[in-house]
Amino acid sequence: MKRLVGELIFPLLAVVAAFLIGAVVVLAIGDNPIEVYRILLTSAFSFHDALGNFTFDNWGYTLFYATPLIFTGLAVALAFKCGLLNIGAEGQLYVGAFAAAWVGITFTWLPGIMLIPVAMIAAMAAGAGWGAIPGYLKAKFGSHEVINTIMLNFIAVGILSYLTQRHYKVAGDPIMQTVEIAEHGQIARLHSFLSPFGIDFPQRIPLNFAFILALLACVAFYFFLWRTKWGYEIRAVGSSQSAAEYGGINVRNQIILAMAISGAIAGMVGINEVLGYRYRYYHDFSANYGFTGIAVALLGRNHPVGIVLAAILFGALIRGGLFVDIFTDHVSKDLVQVLQAVIILFVAMEALFRQILRRKTA
Amino acid sequence: MLGDILNITLIASVIRLSTPLVLASLGGLYSERGGVINIALEGIMLAGAFTAAAVTYFTASPWIGLMGAMMAGVAVAAIHGVATIRYRADQVVSGTAINILFFGVPALLSGALFDSTGATPQLPREQVLPDVLVFDPAGSPMLASIFNQKPIVYFAVAAVAATWYVLGYTSFGLRLRAVGENPEAADTAGVSVFRMRFTGVLISGALAALGGAYLSIGQNSLFTRNMTAGRGFIALAALIFGKWNPVGAFLACVLFGLAEAVAIRMQGTVNIPNQFIQLIPYVLTMVVLAGLIRRASPPRALGVPYVKE
Repeated sequence: MKRLVGELIFPLLAVVAAFLIGAVVVLAIGDNPIEVYRILLTSAFSFHDALGNFTFDNWGYTLFYATPLIFTGLAVALAFKCGLLNIGAEGQLYVGAFAAAWVGITFTWLPGIMLIPVAMIAAMAAGAGWGAIPGYLKAKFGSHEVINTIMLNFIAVGILSYLTQRHYKVAGDPIMQTVEIAEHGQIARLHSFLSPFGIDFPQRIPLNFAFILALLACVAFYFFLWRTKWGYEIRAVGSSQSAAEYGGINVRNQIILAMAISGAIAGMVGINEVLGYRYRYYHDFSANYGFTGIAVALLGRNHPVGIVLAAILFGALIRGGLFVDIFTDHVSKDLVQVLQAVIILFVAMEALFRQILRRKTA
Repeated sequence: MLGDILNITLIASVIRLSTPLVLASLGGLYSERGGVINIALEGIMLAGAFTAAAVTYFTASPWIGLMGAMMAGVAVAAIHGVATIRYRADQVVSGTAINILFFGVPALLSGALFDSTGATPQLPREQVLPDVLVFDPAGSPMLASIFNQKPIVYFAVAAVAATWYVLGYTSFGLRLRAVGENPEAADTAGVSVFRMRFTGVLISGALAALGGAYLSIGQNSLFTRNMTAGRGFIALAALIFGKWNPVGAFLACVLFGLAEAVAIRMQGTVNIPNQFIQLIPYVLTMVVLAGLIRRASPPRALGVPYVKE
């Protein structure tokens, strides 16, 4: 119990502190922070719309926005567990999304029962491959994964922009997006899962099967890291490379493996984006999901349960931010980015809170 | 004749495109030689670019705008310094947070001040930084275009020389390098590791912000959303490519500036996709980091928080 409190207290303090700083920013800009936060939270979490009628919209969109963040949070956390900082989830998810779209566009002759799994595997494989590059460079040459993943983010965007523009775009379309994937390659939205039970979850809400996959990925993440030999070895490398080496673990292989799996999970964002939402690869679609994944992993303490909760919080911020944008006089949805950044800073500065707590109790 | 003109205009555009990179890269150098990873360069440049444009708009003076940008850069760098040096936050995580922060802050402030989250108002021509002609090659207006640049350009070149001297031949430079290579030894010798590192980070803020200001009130006349477009990261790449050495970083910035200038020039003319030319800096940096061309070795204590015994 004491341990649980210890795990929860710092993330909670960080969130509270960030909201306080956000309130100061809102005041300085000239809006009422209480009103802004009321709009933010009700439009993300309320089951009632402005007229008081029951609605799934708020929760539906919050969870939809949380879905990619669960994937990227898990991806960053898995690398963390191996002592690696994967700043490259952004590039890996783009590559994964494009791969999913490519399968959906190219192999239209496959029946849906095969096309969908193949597209999913392609997203994961592409993400894994893109993640394995910095893993390999680290293992083989010792070059820092942070710099390499940053570079690979730009390289991914460049190559995909070229492929989209020159090869997969609808001719004459000014928007940088590919043609649509085959209709039988699209995955079902939550509407189809819930309507047999008499629950009227609107079809227009894009929350889809990928959300269920994200929750399954959390379970798999837990079992892999804490119940398998590979997972154990990855964690061993993360806690002490030299001890792991001494214990007979092939540290280099584990580094490559961890980065590849991390990339695969990041690539799964493509399943949500391409197969479940837009049904095409849309260039520049990611609203910094890869970087927000760092915040999600840190705030969730690299634990699947924490990651789901943190992803829902950040998903809610994205959802609520849109309404803050519309219904306030001065504050724009960019407030969300500020809150996110300040949360990351505070979570990273745990020493600050430890000091404050110590002073209080002393 | 036509070839000459093209070459000269190409040089002029390389100068324009390299300048922000040079400043940000030098900034990164002061931080990283002191042992603090600074991937926040991108965010600091954005803070500088926005502040320069906004302050110039309100004061009608680009010089006050420049001062404002540098102060903003120092303030943002101070956040990074406090988080990483004082509270030992992970340097990469803190840098990432600052980048996200200044993706949002300019838009938020711009929305509040100017009712537009996308851009600040256009500045009149006389309020952007003036061109200064340092050398007049009589009879060749084309050649003159090379020697007629914004003051920041000359400052950037001077800063390279100054940094080379300061880092290599002054006691400040020696102490800065010492805390980046072996903080324990520096501490034993009576050097304040915290103070040196903090100073390095603050200088990096001022320089990177100037680089940003060059974009908004030098090359352009307004701030637009995310106008740095990854230049902070290219500057970081140049720093690594130049082996954390001022002259090396400068040459790398010029090379990357050339790549960008060529990419712009080739748009629509040659059948090499310009996306690929724009990738050159990133690919080269990875190659160098892997030691395939020549080994780049970072300061030994880079990224390691210092805990006083």
